[in-house]
Order: sequence, then structure tokens, then C-alpha cells
Amino acid sequence: MPDVAQYETAATDGGGDPCRAGPPAIVTADLVRRFGSLAAVDGLNLDVAVGEIYGFLGPNGAGKSTVLRMLCTLLHPSAGRATVAGYDVVTEAKQVRLTIGVTLQEAALDDRQTGRELLALQGRLYGLRSAQIRSRLDDVLDLVEIGEAIDRRIGTYSGGMKRRVDLAAALMHNPQVLFLDEPTTGLDPASRAHVWSEVRRLNSTLGMTIFLTTQYLEEADTLADRVGIISRGQLVAEGPPTILKRTLGHDTIVVEVEGDDAGVLEALRLLPRVAGVRVENGMIVVASPDGSAALNAVSVALSASAFEVKSITLRTPSLDDVFRELTGSSLDVARGAR
Amino acid sequence: MTTVGTEPIMARECSFLRDLRSVAGRALRQIPRELASVLPAVLVPAFFYTVNLGALENLAGPGLNYKAFLIPMAIAFAVTGMSRAPTVVTDIQGGYFDRLCVTPVRRTALLLGLMLADAVVIMMLCVPVLAIGFGVGVRFTTGAPGVLVFVVLSVLWGFVFTGLPYAVAFKTGNPAAVSATFIVFFPLFFLSDAVVPKIALTGWFSAIATYNPVTYVLGALRSLITSGWRAGTLLQGTAAIIGIGAVSMSLALLALRGRTNHAG
Repeated sequence: MPDVAQYETAATDGGGDPCRAGPPAIVTADLVRRFGSLAAVDGLNLDVAVGEIYGFLGPNGAGKSTVLRMLCTLLHPSAGRATVAGYDVVTEAKQVRLTIGVTLQEAALDDRQTGRELLALQGRLYGLRSAQIRSRLDDVLDLVEIGEAIDRRIGTYSGGMKRRVDLAAALMHNPQVLFLDEPTTGLDPASRAHVWSEVRRLNSTLGMTIFLTTQYLEEADTLADRVGIISRGQLVAEGPPTILKRTLGHDTIVVEVEGDDAGVLEALRLLPRVAGVRVENGMIVVASPDGSAALNAVSVALSASAFEVKSITLRTPSLDDVFRELTGSSLDVARGAR
Repeated sequence: MTTVGTEPIMARECSFLRDLRSVAGRALRQIPRELASVLPAVLVPAFFYTVNLGALENLAGPGLNYKAFLIPMAIAFAVTGMSRAPTVVTDIQGGYFDRLCVTPVRRTALLLGLMLADAVVIMMLCVPVLAIGFGVGVRFTTGAPGVLVFVVLSVLWGFVFTGLPYAVAFKTGNPAAVSATFIVFFPLFFLSDAVVPKIALTGWFSAIATYNPVTYVLGALRSLITSGWRAGTLLQGTAAIIGIGAVSMSLALLALRGRTNHAG
């Protein structure tokens, strides 16, 4: 696995400080989960610091939710071990449950209760007193932002409202570690932005450790101090998004062309500072470790070809580029194929 | 850290009783919203009581108060199988059961809390059945204390029988399978002296009724109405309830353990 060990430098690049003092909030050691002969999680080693936002990125079926379910005590590991807030997820499951808040992939709610009833029940199950429950209800109702609908049955809520109530339920008891399983899947852009802002607030003002799984590159890029990329049950890369992109991704020169000249593609491949050339949706995509240095040579080669160049764009690497580099496929393609 | 007064708001382990109260409270809040699920438990016994009385009263002979004889049958119809087990299936299928499982709530409270709520509903269901009986002139020879013991035995019977639908709900997570558990009740019920006195039963039917625990439950209930305080009959009925409860509760707890055993 590319271990981006120099990620300490990323703390100055934006996002939070991934190396805050204190014991790790989440540790896994050679964690394995098998379903029959299939290893859904295969020797996973993670170390998430207290106060960190850790983004767990991968397509459906990569093993993200299985890892999250093991960390939340819903699934026992087949081998290896994991601790959350210092407690073993198997032998000290109850202590783990007292320290965590969880939103699962589908908003796991009871449609027959009202939003208020569900949140109050959640508070009671975590041992909060009546006054504390009332206080927390006031706090989380600001987050839920569904007004008087909080007294309607959850079955009448939209998907976005359910997601927000789900998040509020996970926060009722002020957990130390918050697990979010694809928290914004199915949300409209405004609701998604609202959840992102709340995640940042929880992390920055309360120091809450947040472990979120996502299929959305933008989400991981925007929120996470560090990203772990999982593919087929194994961690294939880990580090701050900026460093991952810098060390594992390439600059990309995207050229919109008309015409046909297969020969020039081979010529482009032979240019200095060109790591790869592919044709994608009618565009020529040139990967380069130093795009600005390669741009001129690429332009010259194309102008000498039979192609008519419509536009040429240089962009810095994205997490999708990193994912493609590591797994050989685009995360968007992997997601769309399912 | 948020605080109320001087105490920070954070999770802490609850007592078992509080877990029970939380789970039962949620179940009981749903009852007024789902009256349709309780209504058959009132209408069905009323129907069978009326039909059996109309069809068989004249055959019973002058020595038997058939109106009183049939009351235990009606109460058994009302309280048997009255459970929140279908909601367990809904919780499992909708993912809410997982949300409950990531809270520190004790696993046994997830079952016993629901059964406690069932017991409250069962107790309330005794009221209309007894009202029908009193309405047609049935009186308890054991008086008001007898009525109380009658209700306690009925609730205990209904309570232990709910173990079966919960066992199926936790084991299968399948609503059709849960509904089918009521079928268990029919042979237990009709192969007993529910509608005809045991002395009138003959041959194989009488033999089966003799070994059927429901016979003894109904006998204990009936004795409170027609025979006065009979310790032996009451003990037999209580023992039958405990026996069936041992089986049904073991099955339910095993199924719950299977459902919450996260190694699976």
C-alpha cells in the first residue's frame, strides 16, 4: 500500500490537523471479515487520531460498510482486532457503544414514531435524564431543521428529512466518535452542504472524531483530514487528500479535438514528462507528473497532427485520478456500474 | 461538552428496568395509533363466544352453566398471540433494529420490554371479555379476588405464549412466518376442553385433552368462576403456564441471541 508517510506536512495545506495529541480514536490491526469464502475485509490496518475526520473512500462492495459495522459492534471480525476510544469492539462492546454515534447507510428509523419521540427514546437508551433530553432536543432540532414536522410521524418525511433526523439521533448523547455511513447519499445539494457544515462544526467545536464512508470524491476531498482508499477489502492508499493527489495522482491535460489521427497518440506517449495517454469521451487525456512543463510540447505535437484542437485544459489531479492510479478504474465508473 | 446544570450530557449505562421501560414505552405509544391490530382480539372472542353459546348451550344440559364455562375460551382467544412481534420484523427489515443494537440497551430488554408492553395490552383485553361475561349474567364464585387472579392467570398465559411469535420474528425476520405462529394455537386450543366439558370428551380426543396443557390453563380459569378456590386446579394451571413459558421463552431468547450474535 502506498503509505503517504510524509502526510504530516499536509496539516499546513488546509483541513484539520490529523495528528492531534492523544491516544488514537480508532485502531484496527489486521482486521478481517469473511462471509463464507469471500474476504470482504482483508487485513485492514487503520489508525485514526482523536479529533480527526477520516474519510473512507471506495465503491460499493469495497468493504467500507463492513468495516464500519465491525467498528460499531454490529459485526464481529473473523480475525484481527479493532478498538474504538480505546475499547475492544468485541470484548468491550458495551463501552464502545457508550462512546459512539452512528448513522447507517439507509436512514435506520422507525416510521411509526414522530421525530421527537425517536430522538427522546434515543436519549433515554443512552441514559440521559429528562432535562438533558429536552436540552439535547433543542440542540439537535436546530440541526434537523424540519420545524413542526418533528412532531409528525417519520413515515411522512422525505428522504432528506429522514437523513437529518438520523444524524440528529446519532448525536443525542454527544458521542466521542461519530460514524457516518455514506451520510449524504440521496441528499439534494443544499442538504448535503448543510450536513458537511455540521460535520465540520462538530469536529472543530467539539473535537468529535468522525469516521465517514463515502462514494463521493468531493465529500472526502472537502471534509476529510485523511482519506483511506479501500478496494476489494484492502486499504490501497491512505493520507491527506492533498498529499495523495500530489504523490499518487498526475496533472492532466485534457484536449478537445475533432478529426482522427491515431499516430499522434503514440507520438504524445513518447514526449518527455508524459506518463500516459488515453482517449475518453472523444477527448485526448494526457497524464503528466508536471503538466505545465508538458503542456507546450503536447500543444506543438497536436498542432502538427490531423486533429483540430478545440480546447486544451490543464487540471491538477483529483482523488478519482488517485483511485484510478491505484485500482485501474475510475470511482465514478465503479459506482455507476453497480 | 454540553451541560445541563453542572452535569455534562454524555451517555451512561442504564439500569435494566430503565431499558425495559424505554422499550416498552415505545411499544405502548404505538397502540392507540394501531387500534386495527388490537380490534380483532376483541371481536374474534366475542364472535366465538356468541356462536358457541348459541349453538351448544342447549346441549350442555341443566347442570352446567355454559355461559360461565365458555368465558375462559373467550379470554384465551383474546389474549393468545397478542404480541408486538410483527413490529420486530419491521424494525429488522427497516434497519431500526441495528440502530437499537448500537445503543447500550441490554439485548434481553429488546425482547422483554416488548413482552411487557404486550402484557399491558393483554390486561386491557381482559376488560371487554369480562364485560361480555358479566353482561350475560356470569358471576365469579370467588368474587373480586377471583376476578383479579383470573386476570393475572390470563395475562401470564398471554405473556408466555408471545414467546413463540417473538422467537419466529427474531429467527426469520419474516412477517408471514410470524403470522403463521398463531396456527400453533389452534391444535393446542381445540384439542382441549375449551368448548365441551372434559367429561363429555371420548376416546382419543379425551386422551389428547388430558395431556394438553391448555386444558389445565382453561380449567384453572374456569374454576375461579364456577367452583371457588381450588388450590390443586390453580396449581395445575400455573404449572402448565410455566411449562409452556419455559419452552417459548427459551426459544425466544435463543432467537434473540442468534439475531444479536454479531459473529454470524
